[in-house]
Amino acid sequence: MIPTAWLLSDDPETRWQARLGQGYRLSRALLRNPLSVVGLSIIIALLLVAAFAPWLAPFSAVEGDLADRLQPPSAVHWMGTDELGRDILSRVIYGARITLGIVLLVAVIAAPLGLLIGTVAGYFGGWIDRVLMGLTDIFLSLPRLILALAFVAALGPGIENAVIAIAITAWPVYARIARAEVLTFRNAEFLDAVRMQDASSVRIIALHVMPLCLSSTIVRVTLDMAGIILTAAGLGFLGLGAQPPLPEWGAMISRGRDFILDQWWVATMPGFAIVVVSLGFCLFGDGLRDVLDPKQRGRG
Amino acid sequence: MPALRFLLTLAVTFLGLLAITFVIGRVVPIDPVLAVVGDRASAETYEQVRAEMGLNDPLPLQFARYVLSVLQGDLGQSVSTGRAVAEDLARVFPATLEMATLGIIIGVALGVPMGVFAAARQGSWVDQVIRVIGLAGYAIPAFWLGLVGLVIFYANLRWVGGPGRIDLFLDGMVPVRTGLLLVDSAIAGDWESFVSAFSHIVLPATILGFFALAYIARMTRSFMLEQLSQEYIVTARVKGVPERLILWRHAFRPIRVQLITVIGLSYAGLLEGSVMIETVFSWPGIGNYLTTALLNADMNAVLGATLVIGAVFVGINKGSDALYRVLDPRART
Repeated sequence: MIPTAWLLSDDPETRWQARLGQGYRLSRALLRNPLSVVGLSIIIALLLVAAFAPWLAPFSAVEGDLADRLQPPSAVHWMGTDELGRDILSRVIYGARITLGIVLLVAVIAAPLGLLIGTVAGYFGGWIDRVLMGLTDIFLSLPRLILALAFVAALGPGIENAVIAIAITAWPVYARIARAEVLTFRNAEFLDAVRMQDASSVRIIALHVMPLCLSSTIVRVTLDMAGIILTAAGLGFLGLGAQPPLPEWGAMISRGRDFILDQWWVATMPGFAIVVVSLGFCLFGDGLRDVLDPKQRGRG
Repeated sequence: MPALRFLLTLAVTFLGLLAITFVIGRVVPIDPVLAVVGDRASAETYEQVRAEMGLNDPLPLQFARYVLSVLQGDLGQSVSTGRAVAEDLARVFPATLEMATLGIIIGVALGVPMGVFAAARQGSWVDQVIRVIGLAGYAIPAFWLGLVGLVIFYANLRWVGGPGRIDLFLDGMVPVRTGLLLVDSAIAGDWESFVSAFSHIVLPATILGFFALAYIARMTRSFMLEQLSQEYIVTARVKGVPERLILWRHAFRPIRVQLITVIGLSYAGLLEGSVMIETVFSWPGIGNYLTTALLNADMNAVLGATLVIGAVFVGINKGSDALYRVLDPRART
């Protein structure tokens, strides 16, 4: 057990102590907000469900028993069964893996791309800034969902292409935020100091500029997660994202549409999963913003 | 000068939109030549048609040609309907416009008063409700809410009409004037059609309106809070101005201009969001047209619809931005 006094020390002796102390303060602040604790719990639950899906799911996600098709929710099938007799709860549980995968992949592609474009534009300024930000603004002013649809149409339906399409429409926000952040410190003395040590621009941007933009980018990515989940589910719903028999939540809702009036559970159950998970990211993102980026508090 | 600058950014944004649809049209795996000549044509025919279609020309030239044809209103032919895409879009667009407009009316009519009230009584139940609605607006998929709405209000309660714009036996009875079914049936004095059309539009429009409301109420609340913390409000209170007047006459007036931008943004967002809702409600609008075209790999139709939705989206956004600048002297530069 690390003593609290050591963590909260005002003059840490090593960099590690300072970092640990900062992490400790942040997590204390986060845990003080009940809503962000709820959000965090939902995200942790999603991670656990995705990790232990084979052990948690009572039935197979892809094979069903046709004799059991379209059964209403019961003690055996908590969320009922679909048109092929597959247990919906099991499919929702396996679907957590797909949703998590999509969200992580989009974040891993879009955030670094946006961060790179934003920091380069902000650091160099001048015509580089104008060209890069012009591009960013064009993307920003276009409707995201429609753009993603058009990109998927060009690339062909499928989960990988859905990820690429969503990432293509997601990066501009991060570029804008990173650039705005860089502008606040691009003339700071610490950058002059690094420059005087003859550091290359690549080194300065990668090691000194980007890390300072990380926290606002992370906040934004977390807040965007819900939107990414909804877009991915929407693409799945339109038949452009994950393809059957993959238990993707949006695609499951789409299949359930055909019998929505008589067997309502087939389409509605996966929707609850989407709502809960998106809500989790919203709540956690809000909490994270209040802690990491108090300036943005209460804004859109 | 500011007007010129504005027109310039508008033009650049439209060019960017065109560039994106052009690039998408280039990278599609569907060979446009093959679609014309069929896969049994000889290699010479293929090459000849390819040259005729201008596909051997340099890309900038092809792009210039594309921009010109779009400016002339030519979006190509749709493979699935066999008509010009522009013609198709003109026919389906009013349905989307009607639904989104009703949606934004609902969103503004409920969202603005809710936001004002929540700001006046911070922490009250209205305030809490707006918080929850705001979160729900972010976390609930529109298409799922549409399906749930159909199950509850159409299948079980029978309060509203089902999918489609009007009951089947009334379809095509109203002469088309504006393409807005509610307006057309009212002009024709066909009240049976009007009631039927209303019963069909009310659910999808309310669901769209819900998402607009979530955003508008939240923004109104934060604008109002900002005003209410100002000193002139304290002065008014000290003078004994009634609270109702303080809210609506003093605090609300200055935020009206800000709200224009917010409403413009959410109106544009509704046009976009209607894509999902239209699919759920089999609403014969531009969103349905787009998704049908997507599934049929009808690229001209996909790109045309993308272009039109994108252009309207950009137009409304930039337009409300410009209006804001004109109306608010502080925003002028």
